[in-house]
Amino acid sequence: MIEAAVQESTPGEETLLELSLGPHHPSTHGVFRMDIVLDGERVVKLKPVFGYLHRNHEKIGESSSYLASMPYTDRLDYMCSLTNNWAYALAVEKLAGVQVPERAEYIRVITAELTRLQNHASTIGFLLQEMGASGTPLMYAFREREIILDLFEALTGSRMMCNYMRFGGCRVDLPAGWLEQVGKVVREFPRFLDEFANLLSDNEILLARTQGIGVVSKELAIQGGITGPILRAAGVNYDIRKVDRYGIYERFDFRVPLGEHGDVYDRYMIRMLEMRESLKILEQALRDIPGGPIMDSKTKIRGFRPKAGEAYGRIESPKGELGFYLISDGTANPYRYRVRPPSLINLTILEDMCLGSNVADVIVIFGTIDIVLGEVDR
Amino acid sequence: MAETADQFFVILQHWLVGHVPASLQGVLSAVLSVVAILGVFASLFAITTVLERKGLGRMQNRYGPNRVGPFGFLQPLADGIKSLTKEDIVPQSADKVVHFLAPVVLVLAAFSLYAVLPIGRNMVLADLDAGVLFFFAVSSVMELTIFMAGWSSRNRYSLLGGMRAIAQMISYEVPLILTTVTVIMAAGSLSTVTIVEKQAGYTGIVPHWFVFTPWGFAGFVLFMIAALAESNRSPFDLPEGESEIIAGYYVEYSGFKFALFFLGEYLGMFAISGLGITLFLGGWGAPLPFLAWVPSYLWFFVKLLAIIFFFIWVRGTLPRLRMDQLMNFAWKFMLPMALMNLVTAGVWHFLPHGVLRWLVCGLLVVVPYVVLGRGLMQDSKLGKRVYRFAE
Amino acid sequence: MLGEGIAKGLVETARNFFGSYSNKDRLTTVQFPEERLPQMEATRDFPFLVYDGSDWQSGLRCVACQICEKECPPKCIYIEKSKDKKPDFVGKPQFYPAVFNIDVSVCMSCQICVEVCPFEAIKMDTEFELSTDDRFGGLLWDKARLARPNEHYRQIHPTDAAVSDAILAEEKAKAEAKAKAATEAKANPTPANVPQAGSGGTATQ
Repeated sequence: MIEAAVQESTPGEETLLELSLGPHHPSTHGVFRMDIVLDGERVVKLKPVFGYLHRNHEKIGESSSYLASMPYTDRLDYMCSLTNNWAYALAVEKLAGVQVPERAEYIRVITAELTRLQNHASTIGFLLQEMGASGTPLMYAFREREIILDLFEALTGSRMMCNYMRFGGCRVDLPAGWLEQVGKVVREFPRFLDEFANLLSDNEILLARTQGIGVVSKELAIQGGITGPILRAAGVNYDIRKVDRYGIYERFDFRVPLGEHGDVYDRYMIRMLEMRESLKILEQALRDIPGGPIMDSKTKIRGFRPKAGEAYGRIESPKGELGFYLISDGTANPYRYRVRPPSLINLTILEDMCLGSNVADVIVIFGTIDIVLGEVDR
Repeated sequence: MAETADQFFVILQHWLVGHVPASLQGVLSAVLSVVAILGVFASLFAITTVLERKGLGRMQNRYGPNRVGPFGFLQPLADGIKSLTKEDIVPQSADKVVHFLAPVVLVLAAFSLYAVLPIGRNMVLADLDAGVLFFFAVSSVMELTIFMAGWSSRNRYSLLGGMRAIAQMISYEVPLILTTVTVIMAAGSLSTVTIVEKQAGYTGIVPHWFVFTPWGFAGFVLFMIAALAESNRSPFDLPEGESEIIAGYYVEYSGFKFALFFLGEYLGMFAISGLGITLFLGGWGAPLPFLAWVPSYLWFFVKLLAIIFFFIWVRGTLPRLRMDQLMNFAWKFMLPMALMNLVTAGVWHFLPHGVLRWLVCGLLVVVPYVVLGRGLMQDSKLGKRVYRFAE
Repeated sequence: MLGEGIAKGLVETARNFFGSYSNKDRLTTVQFPEERLPQMEATRDFPFLVYDGSDWQSGLRCVACQICEKECPPKCIYIEKSKDKKPDFVGKPQFYPAVFNIDVSVCMSCQICVEVCPFEAIKMDTEFELSTDDRFGGLLWDKARLARPNEHYRQIHPTDAAVSDAILAEEKAKAEAKAKAATEAKANPTPANVPQAGSGGTATQ
């Protein structure tokens, strides 16, 4: 709950108010605490406190086999399980030197872009809910997200904990009619984006509450190691899909939107524009997907023992750069298993973003960083 | 026939009062009217809670409550039973008398506001000569109770929330009263009955309601925005919706007192909408001359429901304003507009009827709106943006 | 002009409000539990053991190889091998699980046990309304609770069951061909042929 303590000070000094936005809070995206010190209306100091959801993911990874860690990666950033799976599979494939057949690569791209769509929709829905629009944009966003989650269930068997990628490809092939349903989503999603733009992108109240708030400069973003939409909203052209060209992303024609001011409105609009780019990628992938095997025939499912070595595999997840660093010592379990969580690294500049703002803006700024506690605490 | 239907409740009241000796007739007549007001507006509150949840639900592509009773209309009964059975917690260091009195006085004041609203022809509880003045005086008591609630809880946060609520309500009183002054100028009286009577009559099929004049239209819009702010509703619900960050002024209330706060707020909302209807929308008058056979009290409630639906519609669409933006809006936009409106109303009164009057007054309304609006947006450097793509 | 964006937003909401009465797209609620959406074929909830025929004890396909127990990420499967053997669907004597427990409150429905089972013995069920108020054993399922007939598997996952049946039929055909070759070799003994102990016993189905 929300507690407040007042530091009684000697007369003549200002009284600073210490506020603890506790772990039970409707707007903190999970169990997360912020210790804020206020001077009247302005934020003077802000300390994020997390760790409430720590589940020993990395330690469990050291005692499980490589295959057994795959379902656990679903639960890291629980909104985007398929991209987590891909990042881990990429790291292991680099470690073991495994090739992936072409159809599997296309399926990976399709599922990753669908994941990006539903994540960004949910993020902007929650952002507007926290600004007080009493749930209407949230309901519209979730209406679209449900359709995509149904697609995931038809393919992988589960809406959110997909456990779909394997080292060397994908677990099962596409069911009949799945690609047609994805085509339907690609055709109808722009209607939702246009509705959303009509509903809110010109709204004076929204502009007043988001423009000029929570500014992140280019230098701060680069020094803080920030990645993802926040970095691009600050104006830095860095999208891992273009830089690393992992998978088959170089075959697709899509643009990277960049912001100028780095404020909350820019981050909101960058996510809207990225959704449109994802739709373009989906269209091209649906057109070009070939037939063929979906799994590398030489890789074993059980008893998978990569040679000793280390590898770092990273992808552009919807939240930023998600990376897995694996050290193998030749046995069935990895020696060291490390996750680079984008949510945690993006949180490090929360204080810099919020200094000098009102308390009411802290929640809005926090919503645009788009964190998921499963990833922050692992 | 239409006359009887229209005066049905008046005739009923006279008949009931006739059974009592002459010395008690006045008292009984007043008691009957009070009971009627309590019954009607309390059930309107119950219906509005369901309508709001179902309306918001439909706007959000879902059903609202639909399990309790037919189409969910017995939901307020369930909510009432729930709030009655909760434990009534009073903080130990709270000021007990004031803490108890705040919701009670709120509801009392809210109910007293209905005394001067003419609900139908010859259907006003107290035909005061200074009805509008009485209304504003009592609504200030409602603001005071919010401060009582915030202060007596002995919680820094409810105090802060209460002070913000007071600041908001006081700032929005000014445009509210200034727009009312234009109506008083046009009608020449502070009595609500006279104001409604001045709006009777039709030119062709257009009624003589004040909202169909340039100053009346601008005044109505300003009055409605100020009414939203006075009843602490979205997009001005920062004092109460601030429970995302700071719990509002009624954080220390639980159970039935909490329900009383909601009752008081909704009643205040109905009363201020009722005043808006009386001042601008012709009270109980029919909008078209050939619809005058419908009883007058039905027209009042139809207009009231229309305004309530508008409030629900706005709540479902707009995010909330921050405190300083709220105050900016009141003092830098609404106050100058209200003052200009006063000038416009005066010019309207003194120019002869005709196109010239409409043209001059129309310009006097539109030009300040555009200029002030642009100033407000440019002041904070807000505007549309164009995004570039890499390479 | 001030208010334009707000007006556009209000129009959008009104469109949704009136649309919810006429357009199915704008009222997407499904009134559970009276209305239910049809379940997807690929849905996975919790495992079950497949048995062929009508007697679950003798028809159970599981041979207690304990591969699923080793591969299960949260280690929710507990198997105790039997001491004796019983014939399987091709007649070969195999061990069977004396105890096969799955702690469903630990199981995370990842389906790895299904993937690694070489005997098509464990598959994923689609039942999810499983709440119980027995805190201490209600969600610890034993062999009897877990066993379901092959007809049930064909009903809930038709395509997967067809694939599974085809694999088993192929194995059975291979085993029968091998048995036939061995009996033929026995019937015509040549010095090159070493008589084998035939595995041509009747299959207990």
